[in-house]
Amino acid sequence: MKNLSLDLLKIGQKAKVVEISSDENIKRRLLDMGLVENSIVECVLISPFQDPHAYDIKGATIAIRNDDAEKILVRCLE
Amino acid sequence: MKNEFTKIIALAGNPNVGKSTIFNALTGMHQHTGNWPGKTVSNATGEYSYNGNLYKIYDLPGTYSLISHSEEEEIARDFICFANPDLTIIVCDAVCLERNLNLALQTIEINDNVIICVNLLDEAKKKKIEVNLKKLSDILGVPVIGTCARDNIGINDIKYTVENYQKEKHFGINYDKYIETAIDIVYPNIKVNENINKRWLALRLIDNDISFIESLKRHVNIDFDGNLQDKILEARCYLEDNGIRLVDLKNYIVGNILKKAEDISRDVITFHDDDYSKRDRKIDKWLTNKWTGIPLMILLVMVIFWITIVLANYPSELLYNFLFWIEDKLYNFLAFIHVPTIVSDVLVGGIYRVLAWVVSVMLPPMAIFFPLFTLLEDLGYLPRIAFNLDKCFKKCCACGKQALTMVMGFGCNAVGVTGARIIDSPRERLIAIITNNFVPCNGRFPSIIAIITMFFVGFSNSLSSSLLNVCILTLVIVLGIVMTFLVSKILSKTILKGIPSSFTLELPPYRKPKVGKVIIRSIFDRTLFVLGRAISVAAPAGLIIWLLANININGSTLLSYCANFLDPFARLIGLDGVILMAFILGFPANEIVVPIMIMGYMATGGLTEFDNLLELKTLLVDNGWTYITAICFMIFSLMHFPCSTTCLTIKKETGSWKWTIVSILIPTLIGIGLCFIVNFIL
Repeated sequence: MKNLSLDLLKIGQKAKVVEISSDENIKRRLLDMGLVENSIVECVLISPFQDPHAYDIKGATIAIRNDDAEKILVRCLE
Repeated sequence: MKNEFTKIIALAGNPNVGKSTIFNALTGMHQHTGNWPGKTVSNATGEYSYNGNLYKIYDLPGTYSLISHSEEEEIARDFICFANPDLTIIVCDAVCLERNLNLALQTIEINDNVIICVNLLDEAKKKKIEVNLKKLSDILGVPVIGTCARDNIGINDIKYTVENYQKEKHFGINYDKYIETAIDIVYPNIKVNENINKRWLALRLIDNDISFIESLKRHVNIDFDGNLQDKILEARCYLEDNGIRLVDLKNYIVGNILKKAEDISRDVITFHDDDYSKRDRKIDKWLTNKWTGIPLMILLVMVIFWITIVLANYPSELLYNFLFWIEDKLYNFLAFIHVPTIVSDVLVGGIYRVLAWVVSVMLPPMAIFFPLFTLLEDLGYLPRIAFNLDKCFKKCCACGKQALTMVMGFGCNAVGVTGARIIDSPRERLIAIITNNFVPCNGRFPSIIAIITMFFVGFSNSLSSSLLNVCILTLVIVLGIVMTFLVSKILSKTILKGIPSSFTLELPPYRKPKVGKVIIRSIFDRTLFVLGRAISVAAPAGLIIWLLANININGSTLLSYCANFLDPFARLIGLDGVILMAFILGFPANEIVVPIMIMGYMATGGLTEFDNLLELKTLLVDNGWTYITAICFMIFSLMHFPCSTTCLTIKKETGSWKWTIVSILIPTLIGIGLCFIVNFIL
């Protein structure tokens, strides 16, 4: 399965986090929310202006701007 | 203070897990809770008694973690570490327990006098998520209590457990072996008297958590001798040799804790339905969709205003007639007990009349708007507004959460300004604070509605006229929102230069609001509070305006001197001296602008009484109002200096007079400019 950045996930697509190369601050915030390497995320919503997207992370729905999601590498499941 | 209380309790938890609901249920207090993150922004305290013992309880701001960097998280961390609460209750959301366990584990690590409270069990049940509380308690070695705080279920269990607290066993997080070895190097050398877990402390020191170390030095007498420093360096070198760089250490640590949380939740949670959030997703698809998201949002806001206008009309008129019927009686009564005419004029014609106006015009819309608004808030819709509009804010180099502060501004700008604390970046927070005043608060839009009715819609009670009224009001509000974006953008390019910071926003699940509670709470906590504040300034303002209107010097009143002085400038921007003076005297509260204006006109125009909006319109028209005056009035009402409460709040939040003055100047200058242009063109 190919790797891609998180912002490219379509609604309903699930993926496994491969690498987070965001800067420290946002990285830690994502960490707090439970977004770590190897965790599973699913894109669930896309905002009317296409940015941000919202993801299911450990049962919670978290919106992340595309600029930040770009720096998160994931591998599509299915 | 410990003598007085049997136990001091801290209440911690992720944002939006019902922490404040539990706090209210325990203490019987009415701290307002909302379905969005960051509601409790500083420590709220309360107390309750149980079996004759008194307990003090601190509601800490919602946090995801104790080793991060936001202001709220530092408050919570410092409290748990240094304030030495006897017990910490960690409130967890049963629906996403795994993530909540992260905070629970971190807290237990510091101080294991902890009670875990798994809240929102009803929601979990609906989503077919089963949590084995007994097993969780066995694993963590601390009491675990299941609650549905909104229905008051489990609250007594909490009280009972607090009273009979017993720790079962010590639970520690086992980090991977390199980190454990590094801790072993440092912790025997830490000399503190306080009751803090030294292994945990050692790890913070190795990690070089600067904000924490500063707090540590402030609160605790710790001996940073050379030996300790050496050991810390040694531990860091050891980690480095084993492939863990200092910059990555925090991620390792949190990674370890999250792994633990994952393991535990695998043991205690059973999902009977993998697609448990189907219903929310379905709703969200409509509310955040490319085609329907924005229109539905505008429609929703319009419906709320429409209901407010339609429903407020009738009680408003009743109240008005009633209060002015009382006015006559008051006059008669005062005359009957031989109060001098001059005194009864001051009391009734000055103070009472302004009060009556504020109550009859402001109370009905507020009593309808606030509950509707609270309903929307409890439903969980507000974060969706932020989600929908974030791109626009990003374009202005601001934060999407600013949408939340704007929505709060509809209720009261001072609340919106305080609410800006949910924005992490100081630059973006300042932008949100400065621009908040462009959203008309509850003290302003009833006046705007009244002007729209008088000058643009007419007085029929038909459906079409109320709809037209809402459309025009929406236009005015949209103008305010456009101004917000414009000013945010300009600020970002000039005095508050910067790029948009990253942001994460949690979209909480939709929750069925408790309608009865919502109504009671919003009436008592919000409506009466705001009305009370308006009344307390309306009375002295009524007095001042009466004095101005009745003190004669050389044949004309002080009022006309002031109005005449302001008049030339006011005419330039499409207003007149009396209107401008009303805005200035209305500085303590926007609610009193219109009543002051009326009194000003009545004093100069000789009209002494009017019964309804139609006569008010006649009064205004007699004093030279045209539809241009009405437009300029609405624009200036939307864009002028914030009220005194808001100004003080801005000063408090920004800690600087400079930004307070900027927040006063920007909307005022824009308002003046815009009115000038409108007046010039039309």
